[in-house]
Amino acid sequence: MTQRTVLDAPDITRAITRIAHEIIESDKGSDNLVLLGIPRRGVPLATRLADQIAEISGGETQASELVGSLDITMYRDDLRGGSYRAPEPTRIPSAGIDGRTVVLVDDVLFSGRTIRAALDALADLGRPAKVRLAVLVDRGHRDLPIRADHVGKNLPTSSSERVNVSLAEIDGEDAVTISGGRE
Amino acid sequence: MKHLLDTASLDREDAVAILDIAEEMALVSQREIKKLPVLRGRTVVNLFFEDSTRTRLSFEAAAKRLSADVLNFSAKGSSVSKGESLQDTIQTISAMGADALVVRHSGAGTAHRLAHTGWIDVPVVNAGDGTHEHPTQALLDAFTLRRALNGFPASGPVEEGPRGRGLDGAKVAIVGDVLHSRVARSNVHLLARLGADVHLIAPPTLLPWGAETWPVTIHYDLDEALAAEDFQAVMMLRVQHERMHESFFPNAREYARLWGLSAARLAVLPAETFIMHPGPMNRGFEISAAAADSSRALVLDQVENGVSVRMAVLYRLLTGQEETND
Repeated sequence: MTQRTVLDAPDITRAITRIAHEIIESDKGSDNLVLLGIPRRGVPLATRLADQIAEISGGETQASELVGSLDITMYRDDLRGGSYRAPEPTRIPSAGIDGRTVVLVDDVLFSGRTIRAALDALADLGRPAKVRLAVLVDRGHRDLPIRADHVGKNLPTSSSERVNVSLAEIDGEDAVTISGGRE
Repeated sequence: MKHLLDTASLDREDAVAILDIAEEMALVSQREIKKLPVLRGRTVVNLFFEDSTRTRLSFEAAAKRLSADVLNFSAKGSSVSKGESLQDTIQTISAMGADALVVRHSGAGTAHRLAHTGWIDVPVVNAGDGTHEHPTQALLDAFTLRRALNGFPASGPVEEGPRGRGLDGAKVAIVGDVLHSRVARSNVHLLARLGADVHLIAPPTLLPWGAETWPVTIHYDLDEALAAEDFQAVMMLRVQHERMHESFFPNAREYARLWGLSAARLAVLPAETFIMHPGPMNRGFEISAAAADSSRALVLDQVENGVSVRMAVLYRLLTGQEETND
């Protein structure tokens, strides 16, 4: 199986820094922000974004008050088929999400079904003023009318290829690779 | 895992997984919208051939929080009193379209029979079968103990709870009518599987044949046992008059004096020992009001946790495709 690296560790860091700036710019500051990572790899990405945003805004905002996680397992549309999935933690910052700008953070945007589930999960938790989507990689092939507001890298792929995101917090190293596909 | 029929065949990994899911379910109870869409459009049938308050309500609340439709059946006032057989009752319910059965029956093995006869092909949860097992009660007891022994609030939402852990090294006493208690059987197997050191304390007449083959230590004197061992939790069992057709002890007063958790025995227990009871309690009999109402009693926490644990069980059994090996 062929495997090629499309983003290495410095690329990923640069992408996160750029997205952090974009998020602050589009929201005119960070007062009202909540970053919710979608488990598993969205969570460390959201944490890194929150650290960057806290740093850029000059220590006025605590990174830990910005960031949380949003599990979508129980909102999936394929719960009855497939294999059994254990739920992951959902952790909302103490200030809640009502009236705030929620940025959903995930590693790869593909079919859009995960984000559809995340929007449903969010609706059960409160009423954000705005919801945005930040992803490290957008690989296309959407099943649903969903798009990302902040993208680390647009990656044209064939649907038979696999995009693998590794993050230091979970996998020990930072990398985005593509494998498989027709030769 | 297709059915939950007993804890004797539940392995540690599955048990811990259910307790961990229950921790997530407990967090749902603090939300504004206390509902998950997991079982939307599916029907859970509660089949109760025997009286129950907390177990039936708890299963009903659990299924409804997961958005399932719930049909409640109780044998009283149904065609069972006209003489309908178990098979016909089940096949009738099957024809109406059930996606899961929760069964309580006075006959040991009823849940197992429904799971294996082919009368109906849906996941079956045993909610108590005669004197055999009551696995969800044992799971909620284990959940409550795991919280309390690790220094967390015994019930309610806790973000970073004791996930992934068992009950390794915990010393737990189960006291009283073990013979008629499905709660005791389920707890013996589950708590031991989770690593607890389980002690049974009961008069010889209220211990079943074969109890010595269980993974437990047996005591025949409550005061001696309480003095000799530092129990971290003492679980009092209800004396089940409805199942007693012979004399197992001379009279109620003597039982209360020798085997009840009186105020005096409560005073002897170490201050950090937790007191549990599966309910309904016979106050002044196996448990004194002083013990039942003390700050160390986990009785109401057990009830509260029942909903989260049963949500976890329904989630585990009704999502994902079934492995073919049952």
